[in-house]
Amino acid sequence: MLELVDVSYRYPGYARLVLRDLNLRIDDGEIVGLVGANESGKSTLCLVASGLAPASVGGVLKGSVMVDGAPLAGRPTHELAALVGLVFQSPNTQRSGVTGTVFEEVALGPVNLGLPVAETLARTREALALLRIADLADRNPAELSGGQAQLVAIASILAMRPRHLVLDEPTAQLDPEGTRLVGEALRALAGTGTALLIAEHKTDLLDGLCQRVVALEAGAMVLDGPAAETLGSPKLEALGVEPPSAVRLRRAAAERGLTLPAGAAA
Amino acid sequence: MIRCRGLVHVYPNGTRAVDGVDLAIEAGERVAIVGQNGSGKSTLVRHWNGLLRPTAGEVEIDGRAAAGQRVAALARTVGIAFQDPDRQIFAGRVRTEVEFGPRNVGLRGAALTTAIDAALDATGLTDAAAANPYDLGFSRRKLLALASILAMGTPVVVLDEPTTGQDARGTKRVEAVVADLAAQGRTVVAISHDMRFVAENFARVVVMAAGHVILDGPPEEVFAEPSWPSLASTYLEAPLSARLGARLGLGSTPTDASLIDALGGATAGG
Repeated sequence: MLELVDVSYRYPGYARLVLRDLNLRIDDGEIVGLVGANESGKSTLCLVASGLAPASVGGVLKGSVMVDGAPLAGRPTHELAALVGLVFQSPNTQRSGVTGTVFEEVALGPVNLGLPVAETLARTREALALLRIADLADRNPAELSGGQAQLVAIASILAMRPRHLVLDEPTAQLDPEGTRLVGEALRALAGTGTALLIAEHKTDLLDGLCQRVVALEAGAMVLDGPAAETLGSPKLEALGVEPPSAVRLRRAAAERGLTLPAGAAA
Repeated sequence: MIRCRGLVHVYPNGTRAVDGVDLAIEAGERVAIVGQNGSGKSTLVRHWNGLLRPTAGEVEIDGRAAAGQRVAALARTVGIAFQDPDRQIFAGRVRTEVEFGPRNVGLRGAALTTAIDAALDATGLTDAAAANPYDLGFSRRKLLALASILAMGTPVVVLDEPTTGQDARGTKRVEAVVADLAAQGRTVVAISHDMRFVAENFARVVVMAAGHVILDGPPEEVFAEPSWPSLASTYLEAPLSARLGARLGLGSTPTDASLIDALGGATAGG
């Protein structure tokens, strides 16, 4: 369980609060989607929920981030990494820079967890297979396309099998198939009891993947409810969020006094 | 405007990224190129401003062979806004970044100022003109990369995944830029993974797989049911409106509006 209690945050050197009085609980096995316009605080929330802010980024955090009932504050960085996984928005931010091949890059997490060699190899192969990038195993991680780098970054985290995982726009650079594979991998991970928070613009991905979706506006949580409710909210577009295709279509039909046949837009 | 004949590109590591592409794009066309990551889309367009040279085949830009023309000359005709803005942005101020391209192609004085102002306005960056590009978030850096290309006033504008990381407002800005370029009679080519964006904003869709063009036509044709097996062969899927229209027997409805119109017609007709 990952929980934010009355969380407010500002970056070092700035007076403005980027997050304001947030309360959010993600239960084991639950997938929560996070939507909002650009610069509404989604990425900052990802940094705070994973403990990187303020621990590594600095700034001032009020309230607390709790993992399985214990506060994250004060834990050393290596412990944080084991407690809450984070997939960065830009795969280049995440790349270790110390490995020569994709296989080594994905194996680095399990190795650092101190897992036995056989377990490390098995997890690495499994993560590469899940995202269908086994053919990249021998490639240099610094010389991948944007989409490939994003899949490698996600595989690196999957191999660690984190109990809590925060992802910041994990599919931004992916083609539709890559996006679908990431969705499947995350669903499987949640099935093992991992609590997931996913910031995404692709509401079509969140629709069907998340149990719950929350929306941020200027650092405050303005919507929080079951996925269908938040993604179907008439407020979504005013928040700068594109509704899922099915919602758009239903709405466009309603404006013309038409109804889409039941189940047609499922 | 753009002609590729038997275009092949093999990278030094042996990857055959483009494997025999014949493609002609006329002046003023709005063309979207879709396909999986690694299908050769970005490699293809990089031949149009000379960033890449063919391993085999020919490229002709505005009636002249690209071979033998320098990048600087081709860049006056074809502007490419890259997928990763951070590989394009280098200046310390937003306005300076946008100024570089048009100044380089010879604009000065009032014409230069007008070009910069129009590009900043189109991308919603007027208020950020004095900012350092790296103080902007990713989505606005992406719009900045687009502004820098718009300001050059090239007859052909190529947008590589322009809606990546954009929220609803950013996507609307990109859509407005595409419409505006088309209204000016300029040629717009966009690479995109967003089939809805493609169907709603482009008159022609080119589908690539493994370095080949496998489908090429208007959205009504490329996203129609008979094309679905070809799309599926490269893990693509028509937009929801197209799938729904086919399921309801309403014909090819690649856009929300076309589906609603068809639905309205069907209902009115009984």
